[in-house]
Amino acid sequence: MSAAYPRLSSAAREELRRRLLGLIEGHRVVIFSKSYCPHSARVKELFSSLGVDCNILELDQVDDGASVQEVLSEITNQRTVPSIFVNKVHVGGCDRTFQAHQSGVLQKLLQEDPACDYDLIVIGGGSGGLSCAQEAAALGRRVMVLDLVVPSPQGTSWGLGGTCVNVGCIPKKLMHQAALLGQALTDSRKFGWECSQQVKHNWETMTEAIQKHVGSLNRSYQRALREKAVAYVNSYGEFVEHHKIKATDGNGQETYYTAAKFVIATGERPRYLGIQGDKEYCITSDDLFSLPYCPGATLVVGASPVALECAGFLAGLGLEVTVMVSSQLLQGFDQEMAEKVASSMQQLGVRFLRKFVPVEVQQLEKGSPGKLKVVAKSTEGTEMIEGLYNTVLLAIGRDSCTKKIGLEKIGVKVNEKTGKIPVNDVEQSSVPYVYAVGDVVEGQPELMPIAVQAGRLLARRLFGGCLEKCDYINAPTVVFTPLEYGCCGYAEEKAVEVYRKENLEVYHTLFWPLEWTVACRDSNTCYAKIICSKFDNDRVIGFHVLGPKAGEITQGFAAAMKCGLTKQLLDDTIGIHPTCAQVFTTLEITKSSGLDATQKGC
Amino acid sequence: MWGGGDYTPASLTCLVSGSGQTTCTPSLPPACWGMCGHPIPSQDGTSSWTLYHIGNCGLLGSHPRLLLVLPSQRLPLTPAGRQCYDLLVIGGGSGGLACAKEAAQLGKKVAVVDYVEPSPRGTRWGLGGTCVNVGCIPKKLMHQAALLGGMIHDASHYGWKVAQPLHDWGKMAEAVQNHVKSLNWGHRVQLQDRKVKYFNFKASFVNPHMVCGVSKGGEETLLSADHIVIATGGRPRYPTHIEGALEYGITSDDIFWLKESPGKTLVVGASYVALECAGFLTGLGLDTTVMIRSVPLRAFDQQMASLVTEHMAVHGTRILRGCTPLRVERLSDGRLQVTWVDLASDKKDTGTFDTVLWAVGRVPETRGLNLEKAGVRTNPNTQKILVDAQEATSVPHIYAIGDVAEGRPELTPTAIMAGRLLAQRLCSRSSDLMDYDNVPTTVFTPLEYGCVGLSEEEAVARHGEERVEVYHAYYKPLEFVVPERDASQCYIKMVCLREPPQLVLGLHFLGPNAGEVTQGFALGIKCGASYQHVMRTVGIHPTCAEEVAKLRISKRSGLDPTVTGC
Repeated sequence: MSAAYPRLSSAAREELRRRLLGLIEGHRVVIFSKSYCPHSARVKELFSSLGVDCNILELDQVDDGASVQEVLSEITNQRTVPSIFVNKVHVGGCDRTFQAHQSGVLQKLLQEDPACDYDLIVIGGGSGGLSCAQEAAALGRRVMVLDLVVPSPQGTSWGLGGTCVNVGCIPKKLMHQAALLGQALTDSRKFGWECSQQVKHNWETMTEAIQKHVGSLNRSYQRALREKAVAYVNSYGEFVEHHKIKATDGNGQETYYTAAKFVIATGERPRYLGIQGDKEYCITSDDLFSLPYCPGATLVVGASPVALECAGFLAGLGLEVTVMVSSQLLQGFDQEMAEKVASSMQQLGVRFLRKFVPVEVQQLEKGSPGKLKVVAKSTEGTEMIEGLYNTVLLAIGRDSCTKKIGLEKIGVKVNEKTGKIPVNDVEQSSVPYVYAVGDVVEGQPELMPIAVQAGRLLARRLFGGCLEKCDYINAPTVVFTPLEYGCCGYAEEKAVEVYRKENLEVYHTLFWPLEWTVACRDSNTCYAKIICSKFDNDRVIGFHVLGPKAGEITQGFAAAMKCGLTKQLLDDTIGIHPTCAQVFTTLEITKSSGLDATQKGC
Repeated sequence: MWGGGDYTPASLTCLVSGSGQTTCTPSLPPACWGMCGHPIPSQDGTSSWTLYHIGNCGLLGSHPRLLLVLPSQRLPLTPAGRQCYDLLVIGGGSGGLACAKEAAQLGKKVAVVDYVEPSPRGTRWGLGGTCVNVGCIPKKLMHQAALLGGMIHDASHYGWKVAQPLHDWGKMAEAVQNHVKSLNWGHRVQLQDRKVKYFNFKASFVNPHMVCGVSKGGEETLLSADHIVIATGGRPRYPTHIEGALEYGITSDDIFWLKESPGKTLVVGASYVALECAGFLTGLGLDTTVMIRSVPLRAFDQQMASLVTEHMAVHGTRILRGCTPLRVERLSDGRLQVTWVDLASDKKDTGTFDTVLWAVGRVPETRGLNLEKAGVRTNPNTQKILVDAQEATSVPHIYAIGDVAEGRPELTPTAIMAGRLLAQRLCSRSSDLMDYDNVPTTVFTPLEYGCVGLSEEEAVARHGEERVEVYHAYYKPLEFVVPERDASQCYIKMVCLREPPQLVLGLHFLGPNAGEVTQGFALGIKCGASYQHVMRTVGIHPTCAEEVAKLRISKRSGLDPTVTGC
């Protein structure tokens, strides 16, 4: 091996080997080539004349080309390029490929592998699974999607589309919007609209409207699968042996299917506390959005985005809401922002019970809603408290749906603690032909657009000859609490941990949205903060905004951070007046200066 | 009404609460708390106080922030003889104030001269210029009022038991005007804090280094300075060739200060001011017509411009294209009869309105300045002051920034940044020039239009059609679904170079919250974002902004750009 190339670590070598095998297994024809090599060119011409699409990796045009060549030689005992694989068989170099063509062996090898029913089976019809399935089908592959929603303990079930569409982003954002409109009604009086003072909200009207939209999305997903000729089977998928899966439908009818490749996109479901009465009497986000009656006085247990979002819109709809938090709010998020989110919710009347965990839930009265008694104990002492609620909503986290799908039968590694599937940077699991996307994947943000992107790119790599990997860095996130919180990049504590405090400069300010002035809302609630790396040209490594429309604001800044946004560029950019987003173009106060960050006039 | 020059900061008393302490001279009954803008008689009954809610004076904790203003005799602002400054700024708008404050902060002796000539309708206002008084601020607030009307309509679909209420213009106008007055006051306080001398004078040049200021009472004061910045902005143009235009019409100088609803309104013009005003008037429930002579939003991307007007028409604004007014007459019942001609057919038509609003462009405020005495050159066609990249006029120590300067975008944030950078250069703190490229802006029509960078036409003109790729999408905001709002005009396009890495040249976004959406992408373009960069940005779901990161259909492909599914 040439000294010019650093020797690969054994882990990296193993990783690369797995990637190459994935590439070889995933394509009909793979050519390892160099763009300037005349032999490579001849082989490409040959396949092109045969009308065969090839997956070509130009080793002189990828960063790790030398390493690829090294590992490839271990697999094939051939050190030179071109190196050609047809349907997983190593044909050889240029000469041997032409010989195989003359003898007819090549044509035989090129015939599709008929052993499997499908090229790809996707388990789970959520955002990630569907995007992967559709993309693969669009690339001409035979694809099946298995999706069956196991009803929640309260009996709630739903259609195709997964969490986001049915019990996540979509209904949540719509209920958030309903709550915002309640606020708008209050504001509107200040802006001259003669609205009556006491406007009541009707839960059923809202839920019906939202479920109508969700239903239309379910149908549109089914239609999209039909149009792209993806086989959609409303059954539960479980591996029984390598390349083979058992599909069980709602009536217990079992059918077996085989495929060359599998994608696990089964997502997650809400976790229960494991205390007396929780599965009987509590609901989760799986139930809330289609709840047929108004939940009334509600206890939300948990500190996740889901917990705060639900608590926020329920309070905004006029309900009495209490949030019980065992430890940190919005774990993993910037804690200063998390506390500000909580205090903005308190201003709206949400009550927080910090450092308590429920130990028992009792039903006092049946009904819609009924009446529940919750006993909780302090996490710091022996104090016990009781409270009466109409509804208890658990939002303490989510568990991956990886337990009952037969992964152990084929040896797919699962993190025993989290239940998540570890994958490499091309979404490949420990079993080369099994991939995973979305919330089941270990160590990736649980965001619907990421799952979609990862699924789509995976299909393109597997079947489209594309090499682009999903980029998980600087994924923006927004928590749709009544006052929205948007962020991208590092939380302040994480930045301090990685870069050390003295290497960072934090700029921040409170701001007062123009629309809030006339509405007489508080002038020092909305907050903007950026974290810059001092010795990297003041590059922005963390972006945080708490304010109305934070979701809309954050997106563009995330795009800018992809392009290496610096403080100087922020300062040089003209603000759009009058908006909230413009506050980021005039940030002057650093945290280290200790100056007052309350806002000063226009 | 409180206008500039009636009070001085010396007569201000701050009412502080937070720790429960009240400091007030003389003391006020606690019942006065929170009554923004209401006159309150003082305890001795000899004078009246006015409470202004000014947002924050940094002292009041979470209590409503209040400042008290006590009318008092005007202090003599004019010492004898003439006064010398390092920097004299003529015009107390966004650009002038920013320049003055920055220079003062850097240790210069600075004065600002500001005087608002009442509009032909007699409307006048305080310190802060167009943006604060008769521009962005009241406009966005009235736009918000109109949006809230739409939200009330939506609310019933989301389960709120509410019927569409009537709108009380007087109440809205009062709230908006109170906010504007608090900003006027805030600007005064800021000038005082930074030790900038403020004169409520009408200024004109005597010679290249000297300006004569005339107070409201007619007193003259001579002010001289090493550097003079002209930031007098512009005022709406009256089409004086139209009979009755000046007598019966109003402009954007007046609309925000009307105490009563303008009623059925004819807006004449195709500028963004025209469309924005017509948009919010319609949204507030008024019968509104826009008369456009040729094309709307001329300097903007024309595909976007036509979608904007298309949406307005759907939204209920009557749009008369290709028409121009001939005369305005007052009828015996006080209403206005407008006669116009359709330019294509040459047919005349008439209509009756309560209000006619001219929004046919703006004239720079250069005529009263006696610029010829200083030797400052203007463009004879536009009357705007000719400037170089340093913002210097034909006279090296005299500068012009903001709307009065030739070739500059008429936008508040550009004026502010230009003013600050100019002050920094004057104080030798930096040599940075203002970059007028890629300035983002947003038109606050009912469906907002945000843009940054080149229009499609401009991109094609500069690079040639073959070298430009346009990605576009029609999308439906999630919030529109439940109330079944029509989203036919919600549209995004990104104009890129065709050659990889496909540098983004322009972004155009039509939809709710366009201003908020556009800002971050403006930064991206400043950072040299390519189409790939934007596509590799993870979307924020579910927002409208994420559609920008999902633009996959190019115009060239001819594929249907309608976004389906999520």
